[in-house]
Amino acid sequence: MTTPVMSAARAGLVRGRIELRHTFTNGQDLWAYLFPAVVLTVVMYFMRDATVPGMNFQLSSMTLPSVLGMNIAFGSLINLAQTLTTEREDGTLLRAKATPNGMVGYLIGKITQVSGMVLVSCVIVLVPGLFVTDSLRLSASSVPMLLWVLVLGLIATMPIGAVIGSLISSPRSMGLVMLPMMGLIAVSGIFYPITSLPSWLQGVGQVFPIYWVGLGMRSALLPDEMAAAELTQSWRHLETAGVLGVWAVLGLVLAPIVLRRMARRESGSSVAARREKALQRMPR
Amino acid sequence: MTVLGRARAAVHPVRATPGDAVIDVRDLRMRYGSYDVLTGVNFTARRGEVVALLGPNGAGKTTTIEILEGFRMRSAGEVQVLDTDPAHGTEAWRARLGVVLQSWRDHAKWRVRELLAHLGSYYTEYSTELVSRPWDTDELIETVGLTPHAHKRVGGLSGGQRRRLDVAIGIVGRPELLFLDEPTAGFDPAARREFHDLVHRLSDDDETTVLLTTHDLDEAEKLSDRILILAGGSIIADGSPDELSRQMSTEAEVKWTRGGQRYVHTTTAATEFVHKLFLQYGEEIADLEVRRASLEDTYMTLVREYEDHTVSPRRRSGREEDRPGAGVPQVTEDRGAAR
Repeated sequence: MTTPVMSAARAGLVRGRIELRHTFTNGQDLWAYLFPAVVLTVVMYFMRDATVPGMNFQLSSMTLPSVLGMNIAFGSLINLAQTLTTEREDGTLLRAKATPNGMVGYLIGKITQVSGMVLVSCVIVLVPGLFVTDSLRLSASSVPMLLWVLVLGLIATMPIGAVIGSLISSPRSMGLVMLPMMGLIAVSGIFYPITSLPSWLQGVGQVFPIYWVGLGMRSALLPDEMAAAELTQSWRHLETAGVLGVWAVLGLVLAPIVLRRMARRESGSSVAARREKALQRMPR
Repeated sequence: MTVLGRARAAVHPVRATPGDAVIDVRDLRMRYGSYDVLTGVNFTARRGEVVALLGPNGAGKTTTIEILEGFRMRSAGEVQVLDTDPAHGTEAWRARLGVVLQSWRDHAKWRVRELLAHLGSYYTEYSTELVSRPWDTDELIETVGLTPHAHKRVGGLSGGQRRRLDVAIGIVGRPELLFLDEPTAGFDPAARREFHDLVHRLSDDDETTVLLTTHDLDEAEKLSDRILILAGGSIIADGSPDELSRQMSTEAEVKWTRGGQRYVHTTTAATEFVHKLFLQYGEEIADLEVRRASLEDTYMTLVREYEDHTVSPRRRSGREEDRPGAGVPQVTEDRGAAR
């Protein structure tokens, strides 16, 4: 016996799959997939001779797992926020609202799509990276570690992305989110070890999920002795789970409230008004 | 146009069973801050009826429709849509509605068929013995005339094709009640004709109730069983296109030729006037033409009257003066006399 909500959830999975497929069919999305890989290649090329401070270990090998972490945390948050603002403006959300259980399908679709996008972008970075550097350790034990950090990282960041996407008035305001995000990446030990930062910046970095997902990825992909290069000389699995867990709970409590409030306000005239505003701002 | 309207009215005698109301609106009020948009809207729509909501920009048409669709909370008043208060509509209730709004730009990356099949799948569980939901995807695409574009990306459709898709999405769940907000904006005349046929089919074969807004009065006249005119926050006229112009008793234009001269006369009592015309001139009269006020004339008169705050809805006295003397018709040679 299927209920309408279950069938909408199934429709949501189908929806996510279809929209994920759509991201492979246009230049803009394909570039978004390739961009981190290109940046990483360039960074690794210039850092090829640098070593982790105080250790005889290639710095670029440490950057690769860190960038994977950034892809997961930053990618899921930004992608969700971005699609929410865009699709609120173009009427997709209102369409979901006009469909029975459409919001359930829409949200499940978005979660599926964004998870898929993050996974694809990770593979695009990871696979060539494994050929470039030989210091990575991909063993049977690293796979479960990769998986739990990936899943928890997604759960910790996607609801926050949904909250941000609901609060931002238009896709053109995404720049307001991008700037602090870039700053956050800089203090999260992605491209340069967090240990080299002043301690107050270390503190800031450790509040947010990006650092912890990066740390989790490093612990999964780097040899165990590299833990010595981290803060407190340990992989801090418990703390990783703890901080990501707190963000996940926070997001999962906040997101439904904010999403519901935003969805309630959606109507034909609000979509039309936003469209009008967007047109006015277009250069003539 | 009037002929078409009348023919429809004849095929569809108005059914006045009280329990039949699909939409029942009583004293609906809407206030934004200190500004009253709706100040007491009253109307009903019966099953299978096509109702057109007309009115100047900013009269509150969209607000009214959005309240009925459950997308906007009203300030006061009683509203029943399919026996449910839209403010507390469930998903099962929503499954019985179809909504076509203005300005959709969504799902640009999807293919037409893909999107209709997907959106249709939400309705499967709401199928009943009477109504099988959703509409078969290919049949629906055929119905709205998008078969050649079924595998095109939605973003690549022309304005008119996009609008057809919007209509298709609105009816994919075989709604009992369909809201159409300016449905034919951007349609060419052929597409418009096809769309009108579709609306007639929906209301005749499936007994779908349709509430539409439009600025095209010709369209309102062709499509609707009943017309509501919303101005200044309330319904100022409610009736079939025919009834409206009769109720307004607006002038008819009588044209004829006599001795090679062309004459035009405007009167509120066309029958009487023509009768007298023949009594006076008999066979000299040729090319007789009597044109009653169009819906557009009626609409303009009503709205202007409202805006001028000359409130009384039936003003006869004002027009009486236009009429020629009570006895023999005086042939005025105003407009068109020299043609």
